[in-house]
Amino acid sequence: MYVEPKFLACGDSALSVEFGDTIDIEVNARVLTLDRSVSRQPIAGITETVPTYRSLLIHYDPLQTTFAELQRDLLPRLKTEDLSGIATNRAWSVPVVYGGEFGIDLEMIAIEKQITTAELIERHSTRDYRVCMIGFMPGFAYLGGLDERLATPRRKQPRPAAPRGTISIGGEQTALQSVPGPSGWHWIGRTPLDVYAPDRNPMCLLEPGDIIRFYPIERREWAAETRRCEAMIRETLQ
Amino acid sequence: MSVLKVITPGISTIQDHGRFGLQRYGVAPAGAMDRTALRRANELAGCKPGTPTVETGPLPATFEVSGAPIRIAVTGAPRQVSISGRQAALDQTHLLRDGERLAIGSARGGMFSYISFEGGLLAEAQLTSSSLDERAGFGSPFKRPLQTGDFLEVTPATIWPSERSAAIPSSGLSQRNVIRVILGPQDDYFFPETIDQFLNTRWRVGLNTNRMCFTLDGPLLAHAKGYNIVSDGTVRGSIQIAGDGQPFVLLADRGTVGGYPKIATLATVDMDRFVQIPAGGEVRFEAVSVERAQALLRTQASRGTPAMRDAGTVTVLNEAALSSANLAGAATNALEPAAFEY
Repeated sequence: MYVEPKFLACGDSALSVEFGDTIDIEVNARVLTLDRSVSRQPIAGITETVPTYRSLLIHYDPLQTTFAELQRDLLPRLKTEDLSGIATNRAWSVPVVYGGEFGIDLEMIAIEKQITTAELIERHSTRDYRVCMIGFMPGFAYLGGLDERLATPRRKQPRPAAPRGTISIGGEQTALQSVPGPSGWHWIGRTPLDVYAPDRNPMCLLEPGDIIRFYPIERREWAAETRRCEAMIRETLQ
Repeated sequence: MSVLKVITPGISTIQDHGRFGLQRYGVAPAGAMDRTALRRANELAGCKPGTPTVETGPLPATFEVSGAPIRIAVTGAPRQVSISGRQAALDQTHLLRDGERLAIGSARGGMFSYISFEGGLLAEAQLTSSSLDERAGFGSPFKRPLQTGDFLEVTPATIWPSERSAAIPSSGLSQRNVIRVILGPQDDYFFPETIDQFLNTRWRVGLNTNRMCFTLDGPLLAHAKGYNIVSDGTVRGSIQIAGDGQPFVLLADRGTVGGYPKIATLATVDMDRFVQIPAGGEVRFEAVSVERAQALLRTQASRGTPAMRDAGTVTVLNEAALSSANLAGAATNALEPAAFEY
């Protein structure tokens, strides 16, 4: 975590307020807190904000403000906000079928870590994760809080199509795959929860800052859990 | 509504100004690659800025009209355009009658063209935009690029006293391929000599360019602090240096976050020129401060857009066909410069 956040120009129409250079829940909390502040009390010229692991990317209209002016307008938000607080949105219980055809890399990781798959599942599913950032692909959620003993370097070669709902581990991160797409991460399970649907309002179920806890289910429970998730989504959206 | 049928699609997609506000969910804005050409196309056709158009890449494409006459304009990359075999000028409106074919030739010295339609084409705004984004599942009327046999519904033309053309100020060719950039945000991931090398190299735009990114061919650049950063946000024009040292410039359909260091970002004022540099074309980068880049944008904005003028050609109209056309909307005075908010 930096002592003072850095303001970095990303061209002439965006700047990045950078709080650190590691994957760290506290660094991410500062990003989310600033994001919330800007969302609640808009600053003239800002058109869009994108929270990421360790920085808030702020898009702005250079005809309405400038890099220097915007930096000046943002500084008070860094001083007066309680940046040590953890920004919390909602908590989701997410069912996961671990291993087998839905998590083809689970066994390999367990062997490498010299633990049983049951232990791996326990370590992965008994923690609260924070949605640190959503990006790269629509709805793809990067989660912070992975047990460091489960960290596994990414594959040398990505595979072309991780199925929708894949739960994966890549480096020190774990993620929830929202749409099919290429992935260099290790697939350990899959959820029937539909986190991204372009025709739905909202299209993206998760928000940066949300808390996620996974719970293991059996393969044969997939259909029932799918229906339960759909009902939960309908309820949440009312 | 009239119909524009796709005979050969080239690589064509529906694009407008783009879909903003969703990058926090991993949805890139998409939208026209050359926003200046998009603006000019819509202005010529009398449409609001950002109205959906057909964006077509460097390959040839052919379309055929069916029904009441429609009015189109083609802007962007230099290329031959013909209507029923007769040469048709770029940056000018044209009337196309029932059965006529619009043939867009291969681009020469450019990459993207925009076909606009008086009254627009039938397309649904999905989260404020009709721009195609296949991975995110957005696009109207199709959630995919155009294919042979597709029909686009187009508003029929109204009667204009004459067609309209745009006077484009010619840009000095010698400066054409010098593109201004702002260094960073990860310029500290590169040795000063490498930054000099980046700015002094005559790069060539790579052959596998697309709406997501343009690769740059030239020397492979050295990384001073490794090629991984904690993934953070990208913008249109971010220049990432991949693990092997190759630069690539992120564009309209980019991934919204990325883990490679970004040595520089294109200045907005030069972005539309950059995307029209064809595969194999040369480009050099000149570093400017963010203040200078923003001053250039203010100057450009104060100058306004090129004036529309009477093209001087009066199309001989088929009165019978036009009298049956839908004449909704006020007839436009072609002699007045189009006024709009942007």
